[in-house]
Amino acid sequence: MSYETFRHFADSWGLVVMALTYLIFVGWAFLPRNRSRNRDAATMIFKDADHG
Amino acid sequence: MEQLVLKSGGWLLVAVIAVIAVAASADFGFSVHMAIVAIAALLAMTAGLQKANYFAFATAAAPRKADHSRYDDDPVRWGVIATLFWGAAGFLAGLYIALQLAYPALNLGLEYTSFGRLRPLHTSAVIFAFGGNALIATSFYVVQRTCRARLAFPTLARFVFWGYQLFIVLAATGYLLGITEGREYAEPEWYVDLWLTVVWVAYAAVFVGTIVKRREPHIYVANWFYLSFILTIAMLHLVNNLSMPVSLLGSKSYSAFAGVQDALTQWWYGHNAVGFFLTAGFLAMMYYFVPKQAERPVYSYRLSIIHFWSLIFLYIWAGPHHLHYTALPDWAQTLGMVFSVMLWMPSWGGMINGLMTLNGAWDKVRTDPIIRMMVMALAFYGMATFEGPMLSVKAVNSLSHYTDWTIGHVHAGALGWNGMITFAAIYYLAPRLWNRQRLYSLRMVNWHFWLATLGIVLYAAAMWTAGIMQGLMWREYGADGYLVYSFAEVVQAMHPMYLIRAAGGLLYLAGFLIMIWNIAQTIRGNLRQEKPLSDAPFNPDADRPLPAQAAEQPAPLPVPANEPVAQPIAAE
Repeated sequence: MSYETFRHFADSWGLVVMALTYLIFVGWAFLPRNRSRNRDAATMIFKDADHG
Repeated sequence: MEQLVLKSGGWLLVAVIAVIAVAASADFGFSVHMAIVAIAALLAMTAGLQKANYFAFATAAAPRKADHSRYDDDPVRWGVIATLFWGAAGFLAGLYIALQLAYPALNLGLEYTSFGRLRPLHTSAVIFAFGGNALIATSFYVVQRTCRARLAFPTLARFVFWGYQLFIVLAATGYLLGITEGREYAEPEWYVDLWLTVVWVAYAAVFVGTIVKRREPHIYVANWFYLSFILTIAMLHLVNNLSMPVSLLGSKSYSAFAGVQDALTQWWYGHNAVGFFLTAGFLAMMYYFVPKQAERPVYSYRLSIIHFWSLIFLYIWAGPHHLHYTALPDWAQTLGMVFSVMLWMPSWGGMINGLMTLNGAWDKVRTDPIIRMMVMALAFYGMATFEGPMLSVKAVNSLSHYTDWTIGHVHAGALGWNGMITFAAIYYLAPRLWNRQRLYSLRMVNWHFWLATLGIVLYAAAMWTAGIMQGLMWREYGADGYLVYSFAEVVQAMHPMYLIRAAGGLLYLAGFLIMIWNIAQTIRGNLRQEKPLSDAPFNPDADRPLPAQAAEQPAPLPVPANEPVAQPIAAE
């Protein structure tokens, strides 16, 4: 793969794949069924009774 | 018993090999470093022999087991002490080189104390020794609490701590001796880099091992940030330090890259060291210690996940903004600039998330100086992450690049964000780690807060002024097309700003010395008798029933609420 083809792959399909991966990761947090899991995760740090 | 003999023999062997390397080395600096390695190996051997349980050997009793009902906090305690020690060294070095810039005579005419050698000593001491120890210590603390499991591989965790200290000593002495790769924030030479790689792999093993054996289903977001910090720094360190040593017994090596490729690799590393060491790692502290100190969960867990992925996906491309108007291709410069500007949003999302965690508990800013430090840290995180994208815009960069504005920007982030959040985390940790009722003194935390804040304000204001003045003077053309100012004239014009900067550094160091005293007293178990920072007012004169005849007499004129009859006395 030459520098030119690599560079054009990076700013076309490479960019699309990166953007989609990002949207999937972020979208995951917004799924309604993850709402209670987010709440549990946010409050779990207060469960620790051992001098924490 | 056999194990102890084998271990001690191993350390002795390392020491002997190091001594041979001292004799055979190609240059003086390498000899000194091998002598340090030999001393370290002998110290490790002595410590192992002294700590061994000889009673158990003699009676063939079962070896003493660690108390598995408690968290493994020894490396965390050592890490807190190491953070304080290296912080003092790094801040002092910073103050000294700030004074060198104002008074060049302080270079003392010696190569070892010249600005060029003390400057990397300062930057590495504050970033890697102070910041690194704080990150390792807090990550070991947080990962255990959020996974509700003891550290995996306890021996390896101790190796990580001591191995990292050896790395720091080798790096610091190397700078003084003039051993450097000349790569900013990655100055140590090839063999110190290899040693750090070993330590870092061990660190990753301990951290990931603890996450794997966690007793909580979810991995708390602070651990995501810590993990991204550990993995990304490993990757950056390996690629940036690819080099070929001149001799296996000498300290000099040459980079695997040349020219602009080398420059881009260097700043891909350099900027992501900022992004993943000084940002992701310290954000991990923020996402654990701010909710814990405020006693309320993070404002939005979803926002913290967006914050995380946005930093991961954007930061890695921002490095080229350090190479505007250089031989780097124009599109790469623009790419670095665009991604830097995009970074502004997730950074402010994270800042808002941290600040809004205090929603409903804002009074704590008034009553709790530790929360106050956290809020100041987040405010400086926000300011530095706004200033950074702004400086990365090419037009702004053409004025700011190579000037002290950059120094001001870095210190707003480092002193304000990294320093303040670390201080707050250590103040949170100290009473818990040493099982004390509270800190020695909260009022001294308050003093530390104001000294540090004032110090940063002086520092940043002086460097902004100096930087912009410097940039404008450099580009000032006269009517005849010649530059108006010589370089030395610009240096001379900045002298007052250099003095203000040094004064700011002195205040910051003074606040830190108060912290060291406070933590030392906390560790010793002392409690300072002092007036609490806030208390509900209590007036014993007013604390009486109304007299019986009061109902028959006309009511007295009401006293306006803002003119109390008697000064309320705080309860003691």
